Amino acid sequence: MANFQPQLTKRFETKDSHTLKVFLETGGYASLKKLFAMTPEQVTEEVKASGLKGRGGAGFPAGMKWSFVPKNTNKPVYLVVNADEGEPGTFTDRYMMYYDPHLLLEGIICTSFAINCHTAYIYVRGEFVEQIKRLESAIKDAKAEGFLGKNIQGSGFDLEVYVHRGAGAYICGEETGLLESLEGKKGQPRIKPPFPAIVGAFGCPTIINNVKTLASVPWIIENGAKAYMAIGTPNSSGTHIFGLSGHVNQTGYWEMPFGLPMMEFIEKYGKGVKGGKLKAVIPGGSSCPVLTAKDCGDLTLTYESMKDHQTMFGTGCAIIMNEHTDMAKVLKNLTHFYRDESCGQCTPCREGSAWEDRLLKKIIAGEGTSKDLDLMLEVADNMEGKTICVFSSALAFPVRSFIKKFPADFEKYLVKNTVAVPEKITTI
Amino acid sequence: MAVTFKTETIKEFETIAARYPVRRAALLPALWLAQKEFGWISTDAMVAVADLVGCSPMQVMEVAEFYTMYQKQKPGKYHLQVCQTISCLLSGSEEIKKVIEKKLNLKPGETTPDGKFSYQPVECLAGCHKAPCMQVNDDYHENLTAESMEKLIEELRKK
Ligand SMILES: Cc1cc2nc3c(=O)[nH]c(=O)nc-3n(C[C@H](O)[C@H](O)[C@H](O)COP(=O)(O)O)c2cc1C
Ligand code: SF4
Ligand code: FES
Repeated sequence: MANFQPQLTKRFETKDSHTLKVFLETGGYASLKKLFAMTPEQVTEEVKASGLKGRGGAGFPAGMKWSFVPKNTNKPVYLVVNADEGEPGTFTDRYMMYYDPHLLLEGIICTSFAINCHTAYIYVRGEFVEQIKRLESAIKDAKAEGFLGKNIQGSGFDLEVYVHRGAGAYICGEETGLLESLEGKKGQPRIKPPFPAIVGAFGCPTIINNVKTLASVPWIIENGAKAYMAIGTPNSSGTHIFGLSGHVNQTGYWEMPFGLPMMEFIEKYGKGVKGGKLKAVIPGGSSCPVLTAKDCGDLTLTYESMKDHQTMFGTGCAIIMNEHTDMAKVLKNLTHFYRDESCGQCTPCREGSAWEDRLLKKIIAGEGTSKDLDLMLEVADNMEGKTICVFSSALAFPVRSFIKKFPADFEKYLVKNTVAVPEKITTI
Repeated sequence: MAVTFKTETIKEFETIAARYPVRRAALLPALWLAQKEFGWISTDAMVAVADLVGCSPMQVMEVAEFYTMYQKQKPGKYHLQVCQTISCLLSGSEEIKKVIEKKLNLKPGETTPDGKFSYQPVECLAGCHKAPCMQVNDDYHENLTAESMEKLIEELRKK
């Protein structure tokens, strides 16, 4: 940590950091010289060797994904930037685009060069009006100075970048839902395979990467994979923008190398838990299984430690809950969210999410028995791994982990008699 | 009543449509242009969008219905979109909702009779570290408290 240099946030505090002028004054677009001296394969290999993992949630190695694009295809290849940032509890792509849109563009140029793409789309969630403005003016300025458009910096490489505004649908963050939305349709995820790298946008090979994944690339090109590997841990190389929300004294986001212990993150950066002792942590967006305070004892901010603790790194934005939190009510908030946001294509997801929400409503109303709680777990089992996309599992995980890790919070609502109250079927 | 796009809007649309290999991909942008020009997406606006993009009004309706940010009814001058998701819940969004519901006498999805305010709880706005938060039209309002919410409503009332 001692001589850690920020890579993603280094311009955030600088005045007018979003302008091309400041970007160039502070070393922006410097990676391009190196980039154009390399072959596309070399760029992909370098990123593979850096260990850079996707920051959008799944943590898939970026370089490996790029290598799936067929070589010598006669179709155009597309790059689509996932700037939909809809995962509850997650809020850092927003600042990446607001404070340093050119760094994202630089990453887009590097990546497009590696995968032989000449048209890239940035899919931005509809609410990010300010970010869209800044991205559009950054694109215009970059084009005027020859960083985008035809024959970028005399390299012979051409690239156009366009912003595509979403319109309010969480499921459009799922990469194939996003592609459908880009094509002007309802954002309903596609059956895989074929994977987007083979058949993606407009039936052509497409790479989809998160904003921070791409913004991490220029540093790797400039400083090399080895230097990137030296930061963080072997399985979680580099830096990331970590976030805290919920019950901490100081919420916010901080860029740092992977590897900090979760408790230190909460104590040092979050200035401790607000309103009481620590009860629970959702480590990386609402789809990750929840952890108890005890689980967090030896947890570190790395992909591997999260996996060891039967949860996921997700987006790296943790939600903190204090001892007074009613976990049943928090889960109710999530079942409601997933019920509303299910795209409706798959029966286990559409019906399951609504059923979970109804069951929990009944339990919290004091009308549920232990059978209802068991049923919630059973429904969760039937929601997992049986659907077109992982949205359905993303509700099953919290349902199971909330009930198993905090049983008392649910049991306190149960009616003690054994005669079950019939479930009220309502649509709301 | 049939609605038609201004000539400039049609021109702007054509520039946008040229960014995609298929014209249909410009449907979301076309709906945004319609919302900007007509204030909301009425059935007539859907027909105009279908004409512009070259698809059926049914296809436009399907898409407009899927996305929550396309207003299918005329919103108030100030559209209050309060985040009701997890981090905001933990930081007191229920209280913010109550202030709006009581002070403006609105239920989710409703508009005040004078057309000044409409209210819609929404899902995570990516402002979780500044919870509870809300968008009024396109603008973020963060770290809300019951008091600041009351004050904001008073200010907007006067505008
Ligand atoms: C329901 C759902 C929502 C998602 N939302 C987002 C999102 O808002 N932003 C994002 O970058 N990835 C999101 N993802 C992950 C993407 O599907 C995809 O894995 C990611 O964009 C790939 O980029 P990366 O490899 O750079 O992380 C979501 C996935 C699912 C299943
Ligand atoms: S799992 Fe749910 S969100 Fe995903 S495709 Fe099926 S219905 Fe849609
Ligand atoms: S939970 Fe409200 S902004 Fe994210």
